[in-house]
Amino acid sequence: MKHSSFFWFILPSAFLMLLFIALPIASVVMQSLYTSHEQVIVEVENCGPFGCKKSTTIDQEATAALRDAEPLGKFAGLDVYKDRNHLAFSEIGTAWVESDGLPDFGSALMNLPFYKAMAFTLTYTAIVTPLTIILGFMIALAINSVARMFRGPTIFFSLLPFIVTPLVGGLVLFWMVDARGILGTGLQWLSGDPTLSVKASTGLMWTMLMTYGIWHAAPFAFVVFYAGLQTVNQDTIEAALIDGASRWERIRYVVIPHLTPLVTFVALIQLMDNFRVFEPIISFSAEAHATSLSYAIFNDLGGETRLLSSAAATSVLTIIGVGLLVSPVLIRTYRDFDK
Amino acid sequence: MKTLKTAVLGTVLAVLSGTAAFAGCGIEEGRVSIVGNEFPAIQTIAKAAAACAEGDVTVESNLTADHQKINVAGMSGNPAEYTTAVVANSSIVALINEDVIQPLDDLVAEYGQDIPKHQLITVDGKIMAVAFMANAQHLVYRKDVLEKIGMDVPTSYEEVLAAAAKIRREGLMEYPVGGAYKAGWNLAQEFTNMYLGTDGEFFEPGTANVSINNDKGVETLEMMKALTRYMNPDFLTHDSNATNAEVEAGNVALLNMWGSRTGNLMDDEGAEEEVYSNIAVAAPLTVGGSGRPATTLWWDGWTVAKNISDEDAVATFLAMKAGISPDILNDDTMSEAVWLMPNFEPAPVNMGVLASVEAQSTPYPMVPFQGLLHTALGDNIAEYLQGKETAEQTLADIEAAYTAAATEKGFLK
Repeated sequence: MKHSSFFWFILPSAFLMLLFIALPIASVVMQSLYTSHEQVIVEVENCGPFGCKKSTTIDQEATAALRDAEPLGKFAGLDVYKDRNHLAFSEIGTAWVESDGLPDFGSALMNLPFYKAMAFTLTYTAIVTPLTIILGFMIALAINSVARMFRGPTIFFSLLPFIVTPLVGGLVLFWMVDARGILGTGLQWLSGDPTLSVKASTGLMWTMLMTYGIWHAAPFAFVVFYAGLQTVNQDTIEAALIDGASRWERIRYVVIPHLTPLVTFVALIQLMDNFRVFEPIISFSAEAHATSLSYAIFNDLGGETRLLSSAAATSVLTIIGVGLLVSPVLIRTYRDFDK
Repeated sequence: MKTLKTAVLGTVLAVLSGTAAFAGCGIEEGRVSIVGNEFPAIQTIAKAAAACAEGDVTVESNLTADHQKINVAGMSGNPAEYTTAVVANSSIVALINEDVIQPLDDLVAEYGQDIPKHQLITVDGKIMAVAFMANAQHLVYRKDVLEKIGMDVPTSYEEVLAAAAKIRREGLMEYPVGGAYKAGWNLAQEFTNMYLGTDGEFFEPGTANVSINNDKGVETLEMMKALTRYMNPDFLTHDSNATNAEVEAGNVALLNMWGSRTGNLMDDEGAEEEVYSNIAVAAPLTVGGSGRPATTLWWDGWTVAKNISDEDAVATFLAMKAGISPDILNDDTMSEAVWLMPNFEPAPVNMGVLASVEAQSTPYPMVPFQGLLHTALGDNIAEYLQGKETAEQTLADIEAAYTAAATEKGFLK
């Protein structure tokens, strides 16, 4: 392709990416470096249907001039990143000095919201990503060997978890695992423990969230692998058959090597998606047991007083986190490309 | 343009259907746009305000449970998208903090002399909102269950614990206590109630320095934990709706519930006759013998945006005044809330809220940084209730989380 035609070809998409991806990120980074101006608080008397009460309010006139001069707020540098609700450097320092032994330090670390969220997010990513790939691959193999006339409906049913809106799918499961729901009661019967409740136990809640994550994302991996399976060279398969390779050996030595680039692709997408885990936490009301960085952003913006700088800092940390997580895969792809 | 206007009018008319028209709001032109929470009383008001849409007046409303996520943004522009926000004593603070609503003194002087004084909300002497209903959490109980165990209606949380123990012992119910203890806003609200019941102060007077890490904070947490032993083990996922579902299923006999939601418990929908006919309300509970009710009083009211033309401000004021006029109260709307209008006639379902007012409960604090503390409470109490850490540690965590947030917002240095 000529350079000029490439330029014109890519221009609209480059422009849109600049507008809808690069600029918002730049604005989020900016926001995270500023905090609100110092508020002047005055004591006042508030009255209403229940009588009068001494209270405090913000003196708007006192800060109006400051706000007009610096509408972005007060420059704070990395202060928001360093505070207790984010990276909490000074709290970690104190915990390191004061804790006796690693377990004690670990529990002090887990008491800080950012690290608690990271613990769940990373566990979730590390478990859900590989299991999604394996399950998706198994479904693809199974459906590929189903008789042709049944394939359409089977594919449709296998895709359902992916089609159902995450929030709705999560809510449906949430009520099913309720102590009075069909799955919850089933679990109690299986374990012989009538007080067992998924929603009350952190361990079970984590398992539930991860099961949901795999259930929801497996169809995506399945579709990609199923498409890949259609391109496997049939001559090679036949040659392997003639050489006496078993079904397992054909999969191990012919199919899997052929699908490796697709595995990289699915892993990349899943790593990014899973690191931003959010919907299941909301629909399972799992805030008490598991939080993630995305949940922290939602929480900062959902309160009656919105914490914009805090949410912006967490967003930047999420972007850095995703970058770090996918960098090994990207480097590998780049090297393969270079060869 | 004409088609657009017709479309808007059509929407307004559709909203209107089902109510009598209250014509003659005295507005000639202007734009009225309402944002607010979604429950029956607010819907009634929005409908009545929409009846003012005549000639060159447009009235639109956006009623949603997510109203407080959009009202500040929707009122910050110039001109503001929303000309009025229906708020409560907690959510008005965000609007005052961001300086997006205007004092109503001039409008009241010119157009609102007939609004009763107790409905006017003043901050530092300036009228900032007009209230139309009161709300509070109070005891809701099952008459038949208390009769079976032969105990009187509890007046304190200590008596609730005793009754709950007896109900469980006699095998009537396994988890007789209910409460909206869902981690987050609800849980923080229950702490706020209980802490006020112990006579605690949230901040050092006149400052933004939080002070809950004390004996009263510990007492509050311990009472909450004691109650959760008699709650469905899933209590950290139960908001008001889920708690009410448990009551309607006949699994709960004693709970602290919003007055605005008890109507649903006492009607014949969603429950057996044995359950709904035995639901009764009582005064809010006390804790630890301080004599102060462990609850907060709430009002709901409307405001007028700052960044709008004078003409729109007048139209908004008059339309909302019509929305809360005594005329809107009829057989259908009377029981929707504890209305503040003078012709309100309370029904048995309203007695809990009225008792809360009578007991001189504390109104939910209208302090600029209370919302930050509320968020910090909601994020941290669950760990204590799950038995993962001590009460002192939890209170220290809450204070630290609040302090970091308040520093970012410029309330603390």
